[in-house]
Amino acid sequence: MLTSLLAATTTVDALTFAIAAAVVLSGSVGVVVARNPVHSALMLVMTLFGVAVLFVEQQANFLAAVQVIVYAGAIVVLFLFVIMFLGVDREESLEKEPLRAQRPLAAGLIVLGLAGLLLMGFGAHWSVGAKSVAGPSRNQAGGDVAALGKSVFTTYLFAFEITSALLVIAVVGAVVLARRPGGVLGGADSDPDEPADDAPSPTEEVSP
Amino acid sequence: MGSLLGLGDPLYAHGVHWVELLIVVIKVLVAFGALLVSVMLMIWFERKVISDMQARVGPNRAGPWGLLQTLADGIKLFFKEDLLPERADRTVFKLAPYLSILPAFLSFAIVPVGGLVTVFGHRFELQVADPPVGILFLLAMSSISVYGVMLAGWSSGSKYPLLGSVRASAQMISYEAALGLTVTMVVLLAGSLSTRAIVEHQSHTFFGSWYLIHTGILPFFLFMIAITAELTRPPFDLVEAEQELVGGFNTEYSSIRFALFFMAEFMNTITMSAIVVTLFLGGPDGPTPHVFILSWVVPVLWFLGKTLVFLFIYVWLRAALPRLRYDQLMDLGWKVLIPLSLGWVLVLAAFLVGRWWGVGVMLALFAAAGLLFRSVMVGSERDEAIEAPGAPEPGATPELGAPGMVR
Repeated sequence: MLTSLLAATTTVDALTFAIAAAVVLSGSVGVVVARNPVHSALMLVMTLFGVAVLFVEQQANFLAAVQVIVYAGAIVVLFLFVIMFLGVDREESLEKEPLRAQRPLAAGLIVLGLAGLLLMGFGAHWSVGAKSVAGPSRNQAGGDVAALGKSVFTTYLFAFEITSALLVIAVVGAVVLARRPGGVLGGADSDPDEPADDAPSPTEEVSP
Repeated sequence: MGSLLGLGDPLYAHGVHWVELLIVVIKVLVAFGALLVSVMLMIWFERKVISDMQARVGPNRAGPWGLLQTLADGIKLFFKEDLLPERADRTVFKLAPYLSILPAFLSFAIVPVGGLVTVFGHRFELQVADPPVGILFLLAMSSISVYGVMLAGWSSGSKYPLLGSVRASAQMISYEAALGLTVTMVVLLAGSLSTRAIVEHQSHTFFGSWYLIHTGILPFFLFMIAITAELTRPPFDLVEAEQELVGGFNTEYSSIRFALFFMAEFMNTITMSAIVVTLFLGGPDGPTPHVFILSWVVPVLWFLGKTLVFLFIYVWLRAALPRLRYDQLMDLGWKVLIPLSLGWVLVLAAFLVGRWWGVGVMLALFAAAGLLFRSVMVGSERDEAIEAPGAPEPGATPELGAPGMVR
């Protein structure tokens, strides 16, 4: 199975895949392991980049670009923004256990998930890449952008519009919730416990 | 992997062998060197033009007309002590300058500098890469460049850099929306995301077919404002407002790391000027005499000339305009640029369907804008009427410097 997979790709493709996969894996391990929330967010960016490279390798260029623009460029930036603002950008001790039994539970779920993945991998062909995203788009005139645009705005138009309506409703809802009865948005003086004027300390770690 | 580099480039038509690889490597090296040299010249150009506008002499000691001043400054910065603040997050502090200079380098890759060139039987485009997602790559890189500024401010572990970086990220995210929408208009007309295709669509008649005219001039100005804010250049340089924030996000940086931020800023200015030329002024398009070697040099000269105009405009803006206040900046981004560009996208799309559709949508938008404006006015009048009898609420004043819209 693995040899047939390797035979179908070129050396460059295999090498790119190996590097990107290593980046993705190390990044996602880093998200969990890093003690500082900001470092975790950075590792998440690294993971997203690796995934974008994997998308490019599957000739899904548009998806790769959107992945970087939306996730790395907007969502994680907002994460960081919130982390910096709420002042939770301090290192957390891993010894403390806020939720009991979460670790054994997590370990059990990981084992279960991996077992399921392996079962699927050995039991069926589709999970090892027999079906490629690049298939239909490669033969089209406008490439994957045209293919994606056509399917989003014809076949899946309703789902697409519903999703956009959902996002608009979420934004309006957030504005309504953040609004004070007096007509003023929650401003600088609304949270007295927020350490807005304190000097920020990225780390509690004292440098030697 | 050929798709990443560009299916449009005739270089890859016969597969990728070592000759093609060599050509690509040479292209990358030339672009890299040219960018570095142009950054050096740009800093000199900016200082000279600014001092001319302020009736000063400017740098005139190092080299002819002070041309080597930047080089001298660079060497000086290189040999200065590299300070690391005690409360800094070391890894991120060291990483941040590279995060800001890397996107600056990469985003120039998609700019078409000239037409097609044939060297030893190999025909290729004068641009480093022509990916099918072209202009989206620029948006991706400009959204990545937020990280450099943001992390630099945060990791310094001090007050003013953090404020600067928070301002920077809010500003860049706010103007990214307007930037994306104006790019959408160009993409709508070109029917392709590839920068090469965008340039080729504009190259039929000189000036007449440029998207500057075809998109209706307004998007060009919207784009100019949006990228000026995205570059955090004056009058939108609240990120490093020295009267308020010492030096902004790079206060704690010194030596070569500071130089990297400085270089990234100027490199981004050059790249963005080139992008404006690509999107709205036809890139290397211009009258070309068909004389032996000139046929490929002249488009490059056209491109350089147009880019230089925009570089001058940036310097001019810096010399002429005062800095905006933070709430004015946010108002401009969210209440003016985004609605205008969104409306213009709709109008343009309707015009692509048919002339009467376009006119109809335009009138409908005018009516909707009028209604919205009137309702906002009525609402604010009512608010004032309610608040007038009692004492004015302390929270009602606009928050200066605090990015209230995010909280």
